[in-house]
Amino acid sequence: MLSVSHLTCQRGERVLFQDLSFELPQSQWLQIAGANGAGKTSLLRILSGLSEPIGGRITWNGTPVREDREGFHADLLYLGHQGALKEELTPLENLTLSLGMEGLEVAETAASQALHQFGLQGREQLPVRFLSAGQRRRVLLCRLLLRPARLWILDEPYTALDIHAAGFLTGLIETHLLGGGSAILTSHQSMTLSPGLCVTL
Amino acid sequence: MNRLLSPFRLSVQRDLLLAARHKTEIITALFFFVIVVNLLPLGIGPDPDLLRKIAPGALWIGALLATLLGLQRLFASDHADGTLEQMALSPQSFTLLVAGKIMAHWLVAGLPVVLVAPVLGMQFDLSGRSLFILTLSLLLGTPILSLIGAVGAALTLGVRGGGALLSLLILPLYIPALIFGAGAVEADLAGIGPDGHLSLLAALLVVSAFFAPWVATVALRVALE
Repeated sequence: MLSVSHLTCQRGERVLFQDLSFELPQSQWLQIAGANGAGKTSLLRILSGLSEPIGGRITWNGTPVREDREGFHADLLYLGHQGALKEELTPLENLTLSLGMEGLEVAETAASQALHQFGLQGREQLPVRFLSAGQRRRVLLCRLLLRPARLWILDEPYTALDIHAAGFLTGLIETHLLGGGSAILTSHQSMTLSPGLCVTL
Repeated sequence: MNRLLSPFRLSVQRDLLLAARHKTEIITALFFFVIVVNLLPLGIGPDPDLLRKIAPGALWIGALLATLLGLQRLFASDHADGTLEQMALSPQSFTLLVAGKIMAHWLVAGLPVVLVAPVLGMQFDLSGRSLFILTLSLLLGTPILSLIGAVGAALTLGVRGGGALLSLLILPLYIPALIFGAGAVEADLAGIGPDGHLSLLAALLVVSAFFAPWVATVALRVALE
């Protein structure tokens, strides 16, 4: 369970949000809503541990995240705005290398199977720079299939996806929740997920 | 041990694979080194005594400048596409991943310089023994250049005009390596023997290998905030 209490975030002179508290139990998902520039991405970056809040604390299963960064990161899967894909490498190389650096040895067959599930068969050996925005997004989302994690933090996961892929992603999130995981996402699109918690900034 | 080193190995492997797809970068740094070192005898004139004297310094300065060329890109592209974020969020040690990137930088930028140095040293009329000592000093010294340079690259990450700032920040820190590295050959010619200089260079390497990845990691965490 992720619990957040009295979180305050400041960017430059402007206070984006203050005294934000919420809890995210198992098998639940949380939507972070807010206008452009309200601080959704800043909140996600703080929750993932990339940046430090001005005040407040975040605990994961009772342990403050700051004290056990590596333990928390083993349970966390964060997908940010940026792709973290290398344009020169193929989708297959991107997946195996990035997961490898997270300590997960992924067999090539498993990685290409995940790519197939996201409808990228035939593109495994093509450098990422030849892929469209939606296809790149799909390569990224393959990490959801390959890397076990209890908490997913997804920043605008539906961006650039077509209806088919968006439906597949919704199914993935639902399976993840059924398996006892939890998820935090921001999205501007209306989602077909079963209702979850919501924080509005 | 194997588990501990696997992020390091994969990080090296990944950067080498990326470098292999961008062969021009390796070739540019190496040719830059060759050309800079070649310009000196052409500009100074064919006086063997003088050339022998300036050879170690010339080669070392060429190596410094060649290292600087690729340094700015060490973290910049990973920062731009979000890879650095994912590395910081990895359950593996971020420091080891950064150390792997530094190692890869040396393999791509430093090692080729060490390998061509004896060939270039010949046109300065260096003896076989001097060539050997010079190459040895570069072998010990170029990793120091990559390690210290990585700290500078991490500190100037995301700064506008970071390239010029990086050179200003890093070149003064290269002075000790330059003095002991180039000095080793001169000390040998003077009859003192190169051991003292090479030992100091090795000590510098050990100290920077221990601290630089760690300091670079702290700087990168700040840059990611």
